Amino acid sequence: MPTVWVPTPWRDKLTGGRQQVEVAGETVRQVIESLETQYPGFRQRIVDEERDRIRPDIAVSVDGEVSAEGMRRQVGASSEVHFLPAISGGSNRPR
Amino acid sequence: MADGNGKIRDFGDRQYNVIGTRPIRHDGTDKVTGRAVYGGDVRLPGLLYGQVLRSPHAHARIRSIDTGRAAQVPGVRAVVTGADLPAPASDDEIVDLGEGPARIKHMRDNVLATDKALYRGHAVAAVAATTLHAAEEALALIEVDYEVLPPAVDVLDAMRDDAPMLHEDMTTQEFGEDTGRRSNIASHMRHELGDLARGFEEAAVTAEAEVHTATVHQGYIEPHNGTATWSPDGHLTVWTSTQGAFTAQKQIAAILGLPVGKVRVVPQEIGGGFGGKIPSYLEPAAALLSRETGQPVKIIMTRADCFEGTGPTPGSCVRVKIGADTSGKLTAGEAWIAFEAGAYPGSPVFAAAMCVFSCYDFPNAVVDSFDVVVNKPRSFAYRAPGSTHVAFAVEKAMDELAEKLGKDPVEFRLDNVAVEGTRRSDGIVYPRIGARECLEVLRDSEHYRSALEGPNRGRGIALGYWFNVGLKSAVTASVNNDGTVQLVEGSTDIGGTRTSVAMQFAEALGLEAEDINPSVGDTSAIGYTDVTGGSRVTYATGWAAYEAAQDVKDQMIERAAKVWEVDPAQVEFSDGAFRTTDGSQSMHFRELAGKIDDTGGPVVGSGSVDPESGVGGSFAANIADVEVDPETGKTTVLRFTVIQDAGKAIHPSYVEGQMQGGSVQGIGWGLNEEYFYTEDGRMANSTFLDYRIPTTLDLPMIETIIVEVPNPGHPYGVRGVGEASIAPPPAALAAAIKSATGVSLNELPMRPDRITAGLGSGAISMAAGD
Repeated sequence: MPTVWVPTPWRDKLTGGRQQVEVAGETVRQVIESLETQYPGFRQRIVDEERDRIRPDIAVSVDGEVSAEGMRRQVGASSEVHFLPAISGGSNRPR
Repeated sequence: MADGNGKIRDFGDRQYNVIGTRPIRHDGTDKVTGRAVYGGDVRLPGLLYGQVLRSPHAHARIRSIDTGRAAQVPGVRAVVTGADLPAPASDDEIVDLGEGPARIKHMRDNVLATDKALYRGHAVAAVAATTLHAAEEALALIEVDYEVLPPAVDVLDAMRDDAPMLHEDMTTQEFGEDTGRRSNIASHMRHELGDLARGFEEAAVTAEAEVHTATVHQGYIEPHNGTATWSPDGHLTVWTSTQGAFTAQKQIAAILGLPVGKVRVVPQEIGGGFGGKIPSYLEPAAALLSRETGQPVKIIMTRADCFEGTGPTPGSCVRVKIGADTSGKLTAGEAWIAFEAGAYPGSPVFAAAMCVFSCYDFPNAVVDSFDVVVNKPRSFAYRAPGSTHVAFAVEKAMDELAEKLGKDPVEFRLDNVAVEGTRRSDGIVYPRIGARECLEVLRDSEHYRSALEGPNRGRGIALGYWFNVGLKSAVTASVNNDGTVQLVEGSTDIGGTRTSVAMQFAEALGLEAEDINPSVGDTSAIGYTDVTGGSRVTYATGWAAYEAAQDVKDQMIERAAKVWEVDPAQVEFSDGAFRTTDGSQSMHFRELAGKIDDTGGPVVGSGSVDPESGVGGSFAANIADVEVDPETGKTTVLRFTVIQDAGKAIHPSYVEGQMQGGSVQGIGWGLNEEYFYTEDGRMANSTFLDYRIPTTLDLPMIETIIVEVPNPGHPYGVRGVGEASIAPPPAALAAAIKSATGVSLNELPMRPDRITAGLGSGAISMAAGD
């Protein structure tokens, strides 16, 4: 299953302090749904519900690469998923 | 050793025909003979001249604006204020500018202030007139009733609970969560890797640094400009100096409440940007004035306008603590980073947070970062945004740790340098990178092995990093029947990228660089292309050109098959020639191009990319030799070498130019440059006479060594090279000054008075030089 690196500000609130969690999913959307099921509170922090997309101030990285595909991005069984600040003023796609 | 003034150390094994050569740039002749057309050259029938009124106060509530007298000045055709701009649907509405999101309300209020002036130089009204003088006369007659408020101009002051609030409703955000705390701290982020406490327990030695860096401008030579004409059919056309025509289109459309399809942006030649020409400042005001008058309107900033009214790189405070065990391996790193966002949130502090420990393997780390609004212009990107600030702090601490461990500073860095598989403190794992190779090349260089003799002289080294980005690019290619190709790209050309992109196209088709005629298209002439920023153009637009070449090749194979009356599957292409698979027929690209009119008409290829993998970050290392005059404190740079990983240098001269340019800007940032503020928030040095950037008379030739660790994520191994070179210079200079004088400086710029103060006290604190 993909490994999600939990953003530091959310660890105590959502995952009991765990830095990484494993959840099922073959796309970022499915990973977020799995996270929400196991650790309620993820979805509201990540998803812009009105536009059905990742919030503009958040970037999702799969295996070190930030994708413009957002929720539709494919995720492999051994992938690492990170949620990072979308960076304004420079690059929102850190590598 | 290659031709030219630099050296190349190639770690790859591919051979090329065009790539790696140094053809004359396609736009070179027009630029050196004054024929190139810049934004200031735009002339249209009935053109009016615009001027902008700016706030004299750093912080003031705008009670009212009376434009009545100004409108009566002979020749004045229109006066507009923030009230003429449409309100966004909501205060939180966001527009994605490709290189990051921006809040439309903030963009709009930055173009023309509405309720508050948040920095000296904040635009509050604009005038269009038949002459510049009439417009200037009118500005003086606009009556603005200000309620002057106390300013917050320093990041640490602005973070205090009792600081004047810039935005009364602002509360601190923590990664998607509103803390509800009213503050000038717009947002806070923490990255945590491993176990910091355990990491410091394992440390035998630790080093700490607290550094302060001044607000610094990009210093582009050409000032901002914009010309707009609003057609009666509702279409708006804008000519401007911008790093991204499509990004300008998005901003202008969002600010004016127009669909993007109604806005056409025609990018002009650009006289420097370095990140500072991504935002739009003048164009929406020029558009409003054009709509009011029915005539085209042009506005050009003065130099003072550029300093006071556009986005510099932020001032900052950075604290780091790092530790290593007795063997010299890093065990822990802790960083606290606060950036001055300026009037509105959005400094590059989160990039800084990802860069701070990016050069080395820190198994345990905590990084806190704060985006803080202050009464200064809204900061914006400047070459590797945020990386220079944190490199100054971390590299100082690395030198101190090396000294405590009795290790050579280069070997200590090599023992800990980030490599493929290293996990950064923000959690990301590196792909193949060239940091180690840069340090090894530095260590083995003639410069580093040479002796530095003489009194008051010292040598310093440092390493820096920038992510680089991919983003979207589009290219089209039309084959002429003489075998040349018209190549249209969407990336505005700041650093010779027309040529570096054309060379990649030529390489793919076995042509010469001179066979390609590259040009930059406007928003109606080429597919969407993101900004020229993030060191992305040679990488991503070059990749789009490679894809366009593949498209052209496939179409030309069809044409060759028609000529030879064979199946296309029986035609292959290599080394610039088409051949039948049985070897019976052969024709060079140019010869076949002469037959396209008879075999189906135009051949037009296209390529578009949005690379999501393998962008490949870039590292840069410096060796700096200085001499310090102990009497005056003046630092003279004796010799300076920059070593940078380019992946593959498409045009080595332009890569060297980027490395030298970034180095010079980093040296200026380190030694001379700063916004000098009075207590009431007024910039006291808004001219190039008083804001001192280095000139050719101040510096030696910057020596370059290009390291080529091919990027596996690009068809030709390219990594972006435009930014990383600005990151290490202040740190290398600080180390050199310390070596020369024993004075450890913690504040940028490292001015003469700070050095003499340090020489008097033996150590210098933040305030000692002021």
